[in-house]
Amino acid sequence: MIGLLKRDLTLAIRAGGGFGLSLAFFLIFTTLVPFGVGPQTQILAEIAPGILWLGALLACLLSLDRIFQLDWEDGTLDLVATSPVPLEGLAAMKALAHWITTGLPLVAAAPVLGLLLNLPGPAYPWLMASLALGTPALSAIGTFGAALTVGIKRGGLLLSLLVLPLYIPTLIFGALCVARAATGQDATTPLVLVAGITAGALALLPFAAAAALRVNLR
Amino acid sequence: MSSLWEYANPRKFMATSAFLLPWTAGIAAVCLVTGLVWGFFFTPDDFRQGSTVKIIYVHVPAAIMAINAWFMMLVTSIIWVIRRHHVSVLAAKAAAPVGMVFTLIALATGALWGQPMWGTWWEWDPRLTSFLILFLFYLGYMALWEAIENPDSAADLTSVLCLVGSVFAVISRYALLFWNQGLHQGATLSLDREQNISNVYWYPLVITLAGFGFLFIALVLYRTRTEIRARRLKALIAQERMA
Amino acid sequence: MSLSVTDLACARGPAQILAGVTFSVAAGQALILRGPNGAGKTTLLRTLAGLTPPLAGTIEADPDAIAYAAHADGLKSALTVEENLAFWASVFGTHDPAPAIEAFNLAPLLHRRAGEMSAGQKRRLSLARLLVTGRPVWCLDEPTVSLDVENVARFAAAVKAHLAGGGSAVIATHIDLGLPEAATLDISRFVAKQIRADDPFADSFAEGAA
Repeated sequence: MIGLLKRDLTLAIRAGGGFGLSLAFFLIFTTLVPFGVGPQTQILAEIAPGILWLGALLACLLSLDRIFQLDWEDGTLDLVATSPVPLEGLAAMKALAHWITTGLPLVAAAPVLGLLLNLPGPAYPWLMASLALGTPALSAIGTFGAALTVGIKRGGLLLSLLVLPLYIPTLIFGALCVARAATGQDATTPLVLVAGITAGALALLPFAAAAALRVNLR
Repeated sequence: MSSLWEYANPRKFMATSAFLLPWTAGIAAVCLVTGLVWGFFFTPDDFRQGSTVKIIYVHVPAAIMAINAWFMMLVTSIIWVIRRHHVSVLAAKAAAPVGMVFTLIALATGALWGQPMWGTWWEWDPRLTSFLILFLFYLGYMALWEAIENPDSAADLTSVLCLVGSVFAVISRYALLFWNQGLHQGATLSLDREQNISNVYWYPLVITLAGFGFLFIALVLYRTRTEIRARRLKALIAQERMA
Repeated sequence: MSLSVTDLACARGPAQILAGVTFSVAAGQALILRGPNGAGKTTLLRTLAGLTPPLAGTIEADPDAIAYAAHADGLKSALTVEENLAFWASVFGTHDPAPAIEAFNLAPLLHRRAGEMSAGQKRRLSLARLLVTGRPVWCLDEPTVSLDVENVARFAAAVKAHLAGGGSAVIATHIDLGLPEAATLDISRFVAKQIRADDPFADSFAEGAA
């Protein structure tokens, strides 16, 4: 199973843009916000937690349809399904690879983008912590959505429609954590809840994703 | 004694539903006409809300059925996953658009009610917001059914989505309570006025509730029959092609 | 390692394609599947590989004994030949890729990316994967597509070596592989005449009820 992870990471580096694209999207999205809401630092500081979380969420969403699509098209998925690797393991590894190529760079880039949006100082550690604990849930949920829609041609739009409502709790708790920290409140509770959603999603969703893959492969 | 699972047989279901359909539709019509006429014309105006309170007779039953429809889809999806009864999952498929329309009615009447009461068409109250999210879940569920050609695969995948979606819907509900109370004070206006409603409003409300319930059953029976016939048609075409 | 199939019924999507498929392949034997396009060769092989559940009948073989190779090569164009093989070796547990490289003469291509290779070269790499799996029962779907005469012979030699080592193979193909000892099964006689028996919608319920 480590082989799967290694291969996906190699492909992400080789195929060019696997690592960079989501990050670039995150940057562009954040840059566009002041053009939409105006340059007043007061307002930007107030909406920064929500914007940063929303940007990270959309950046994650962008690359979801690639999780299984390429393996489906070139027949790799069929072959892995007949191999000793359980599909549950495949789904977990895919989610992990997606997080390493998408979620992790977002966590690292978020503080810089926070500066652009004038995010108050005390919020930075909470921003990084909430993204680090929350983005794995986004990857796990997204992997499930990708498994559901893998057999559908041009399923990208449908995938967004299915996955975005499932992202709501993670977004609420994640953004709330940063917003509370930004206004000097205690942000521990939402952070713990984000971690809880991630733990639950990582524990259960690979099984749902594997079930969906099995249906799509038959 | 006959088992409940007999009705999972399409033939048995078609026979039973053919008998039940006119009755449930009739009861629904009688209850809706009685309840709505009583509620709209023969109850006093609320001392605080005036005549706008009467929207309750559409709003509350639609909202309750919107949630119950999803719950019914969850149960029938689980039955499909465990026992592979085709009628069960077709009933879930049939219920989705009905539930979605009920959700839409609840949202629209809520906006119409909220405008004169709160001075705004929309309030990000946890209860309203969770209905908006429920609406999105219905949309996704129906879109997934539409997107997959093989009916058995579509049944399996939508059932998995329904299960996972239900879990996330419950989490979202609690997240919303946390969210709104976290940022603002507790919701100042709640739509939940059933506890303090007086009997004058209560009786017609119960009747319209029953009316919406029977309307839901009748529509689901009707739509399930259509789905079964569509599958029957597919089977006949396949038979024809192979002969 | 033998493969034995009794009264198997296979479906593609909602449609029953094959019914009553019965054959057995002993260790050291190969079976060539023949039949016109659309007869159900791919469906049968996918069912044997455990991807599609059978509608009826039994497959007597350890599912972990079967190595499946489809029309699609299952290769990553951004990875080199060596990396592609190493990936499959890791997925199937650590088997030495050296015999596979030798059998299909891949040594000169070892550091070439799969995306830069011709269709025939890709096919050779894809077939080499079979040796890497180390599994005894091969289920192959049109394995010789885009191979030239020389490489078809190479493939036949690999199959012979596999059989000699106690393995077995079920191969759907249209060409003569040069395996005179292999049995041939024409699957067009198993083509299903009716829709699946367990289809509840085949029941004529609609006629009586309103």
